[in-house]
Amino acid sequence: MRVSIVGAGMIPVREHWSTGLGDLAAEAGELAQRDADLKQVDALYIGNTYGASFNQQAQLGSLVAGRLGLPGVESFTCEAGDASGGAALRAGYLAVASGAVGSAMVIGVEKATDIVGSARLAARNVSLDADYESVNGATLTAMAGLLMRRYMHEYGVGLSQFEGYSMNAHRNGSRNSCAMYRNQLRSGAFVKAPMIADPVNLFDSAPDGDGAAAVILVNAELAADLVPRPVAVSGSALATDSLMLQDRIEPLKLPAVTRSTAASLKQAGLGLPALDALELHDAFTILTALSLEAIGFSEPGRGWEWSEGGGDRIGISGELPLSSFGGLKSRGNPAGATGVYQAVEAALQLTGRAGENQVHGARHILIQNMGGLGATVATHVLSATGE
Amino acid sequence: MNDGGKELSAVVNRAGQSSAAVRGTIYSLTRVLEPPAGFEAQAPYFLALVQLEDGQLITAQLTDVDADAEIGDRVEMVTRKLTTDGRRGMIVYGYKFRPVLK
Repeated sequence: MRVSIVGAGMIPVREHWSTGLGDLAAEAGELAQRDADLKQVDALYIGNTYGASFNQQAQLGSLVAGRLGLPGVESFTCEAGDASGGAALRAGYLAVASGAVGSAMVIGVEKATDIVGSARLAARNVSLDADYESVNGATLTAMAGLLMRRYMHEYGVGLSQFEGYSMNAHRNGSRNSCAMYRNQLRSGAFVKAPMIADPVNLFDSAPDGDGAAAVILVNAELAADLVPRPVAVSGSALATDSLMLQDRIEPLKLPAVTRSTAASLKQAGLGLPALDALELHDAFTILTALSLEAIGFSEPGRGWEWSEGGGDRIGISGELPLSSFGGLKSRGNPAGATGVYQAVEAALQLTGRAGENQVHGARHILIQNMGGLGATVATHVLSATGE
Repeated sequence: MNDGGKELSAVVNRAGQSSAAVRGTIYSLTRVLEPPAGFEAQAPYFLALVQLEDGQLITAQLTDVDADAEIGDRVEMVTRKLTTDGRRGMIVYGYKFRPVLK
């Protein structure tokens, strides 16, 4: 059965100190219900990564169903590191496509700022290998630093050559009221930012934030009766790679990106030139460069070239629009919610509701959500319907 | 308990021999300025992917190292304290890599 998005909602990514994890999720769910004008769904899938380690909270399925007034509904959490939102979207897609349920809500939610500093970094390390990485003092940012340093060494690329990715993200995020950091970045500021795990610095890595986003999926026949312009989920795939960089033959390749992208595009019957915009997992600029290479937009070692000229080629009116609402870098990275934010942002683009961030005439958008450094990759293609 | 003790002594023996036997080169490295809980006292420290002589990569800290460590430098495995665990401060031992002594 074909699957469509008929409702979408997101709350601003912020430090939501006065709102609990379940209430954040319910706020986003209610926005999606209102958008679709549909309250009851057959199933609810939650994308969340760190509820247990940040907030001492598990069983979000039952918790959020209760807050949303959906007693008894099928509901559980999908966890796949920072790809949890994309994994929940995949679960919702499979449930509706199979005919097992007629409608499903997918909510991504994370509340990261309950803990700070080194305690949060240690809690986030559940996404790494406990026995071989975390025990040695690794962090996700340090692992990204290892990848980026190797890339710069092998291909002779300098730090400044990545700045356009962050400049583009902040340019787009400055126009998004849901973005966490709406400041713009001037050329030259990027390379001077404080180091976190060199060469990864503060302006290179996406900030953790609290947030929730939701979409409602129904089968395509139902969709036509509900809203004038449903968004089609035309491709859905998820692939994995070794959890650890050390187990990969070629660490600078991201095969889970390649495989999930190819499967998703094949299902959609589309090639790369048909894509009007992409939401990539830009938690670190090196991931954007490597993803563009693994997807096939660049030869190995040349993905950084899309960042040239302050990122004009990847702007919303450029050749290949990326991070049209600011991406993880400016909108913020609410971990397990990020993949659902990407779906909401793409749905707004494809229904012409993206305001100042509109990519004009967008028909097909690829969204890609990553756990760890390419260990889990969920890739979806969303498409406009009607004229 | 017996099995556990045997396993531990095997690890210690292997690590004990390793300072002479296990060598490799730095595949990549990073200086960690924002450490996770349990590693604050050591920061900043170098974390590396070391490529062993058989080609396998391994994630480990560098120790006894200058600020100018680089990709391609030769290193060897040594046993070191990694961190302390829990309120009783149980010491966690493991491997780190240091520059090959000339």
